[in-house]
Amino acid sequence: MDKLRIATRKGLFFYHREGTRWVMSREPAFLAEPVTYALTDPRDGAIYVALAHGHFGVKLHRSDDDGVTWQELPVPACPPSDEPDAPAVELIWSLVPGGNDRPGTLWCGTIPGGLFVSRDKGASWQINEPMWNQPSRPGWFGGGYDHAGIHSIMVDPRDSDHILIGISCAGSWRTRDGGQNWTVVGKGMMAEYLPPEKWDDPVGQDPHLMAAAPTNPDRIWCQHHCGIYVSDDGGATFEVIPKAGPSTFGFTVAAHPTKPDTAWFVPAIRDAYRVPVDGKFVVTRTDDGGKTFKVLNRGLPEQSWDLVYRHGLAVDDTGERLVMGSTTGNVWTSDDGGESWVMLSSHLPPVVQVAFA
Amino acid sequence: MARIRYSAYVGKHRDTPFPETAGATVGAVLAAAMADDPIFRSYILDEQGRVRKHVTLFVDGETVKDRLRLSDPVRPDSEIYIMQALSGG
Repeated sequence: MDKLRIATRKGLFFYHREGTRWVMSREPAFLAEPVTYALTDPRDGAIYVALAHGHFGVKLHRSDDDGVTWQELPVPACPPSDEPDAPAVELIWSLVPGGNDRPGTLWCGTIPGGLFVSRDKGASWQINEPMWNQPSRPGWFGGGYDHAGIHSIMVDPRDSDHILIGISCAGSWRTRDGGQNWTVVGKGMMAEYLPPEKWDDPVGQDPHLMAAAPTNPDRIWCQHHCGIYVSDDGGATFEVIPKAGPSTFGFTVAAHPTKPDTAWFVPAIRDAYRVPVDGKFVVTRTDDGGKTFKVLNRGLPEQSWDLVYRHGLAVDDTGERLVMGSTTGNVWTSDDGGESWVMLSSHLPPVVQVAFA
Repeated sequence: MARIRYSAYVGKHRDTPFPETAGATVGAVLAAAMADDPIFRSYILDEQGRVRKHVTLFVDGETVKDRLRLSDPVRPDSEIYIMQALSGG
């Protein structure tokens, strides 16, 4: 794929491929405004950009001409309430197409844990009430933010009514009927930050990011707060991966587009530090379903304290090209499945999300 | 009829001045003035109708006190001023 979108604390940056290099395509969009997620919809090319403006709240814009002009859209909204502390949408944390058989349908995950759907390319949004009204919701808690948030939404390419979502912190949930009914899944995950008797509580889990293998959507990779997990039954049950290079802590994961046994992670010292182990910034990759991991660092700095957030790593549809952006504003790309990396920029604002288009 | 003015920073998101608007409270004036511009309204108030955490409103130079229900009184010749709170960055 020949286009990159880099979502940062200070705008959305566009790059495209020229020969062997990535070059900036144009001035950044929404310069100076915090972008929290950008989706380029592969079904129609529309670009959606979510902002979390410091003063004016969450905003959403769409471009139908590859980013030349933008239309501001309504944003998902929590149900009206007279309570003084009634929830309001604080962040759009995930935005995904609703399936190839549902043109114009989008799913949107937010903080404070609201799941929304649009069936008209973002012109209007409806909250998913069955998820919003889960009896366990009062026990959900924030992961890095004040309130719980939905960061992972995986629509099964075999059945658009089959959706798996990941919530920090409320575990993983699955629907088989397009969102009318939800079941908490994720048996096998262990929330080792909770009192020991609650470690296996499925609603107490903090899956930092989940990724389904496109050619085998029952294979789910999960970078959890307490380690790396893999599922072969669509997220119903997970097995822990005990060893993955220098650490099994991290925030991000990317699943290979055609090889379900291959996935990439970016490790860090676990939660009290959140910097690379020994200051050595590396990527890890498994090619055998998590049995072994290769540590990849060619082209990456010898010493750094870069951290890659949940959506800061992406792979293209060949599985060869990757892009990775850090909270330090560094971006690297790879053309060989992560074996080697080239710095794209060391001067961007903090990166929250990267994507190919 | 109350007037609504705003800082240049707020004006990045609204290029048309508001007409003078009738209303006995801040909430009534803003509701009438922004009825045809719900997107700009969402810049100032959240979906529960509360003043956003990092937005500040003044009536005749006095900070609006009721940020939940916007019940502060407005006189016919009052001016409501909208600005970005510097706490928001």
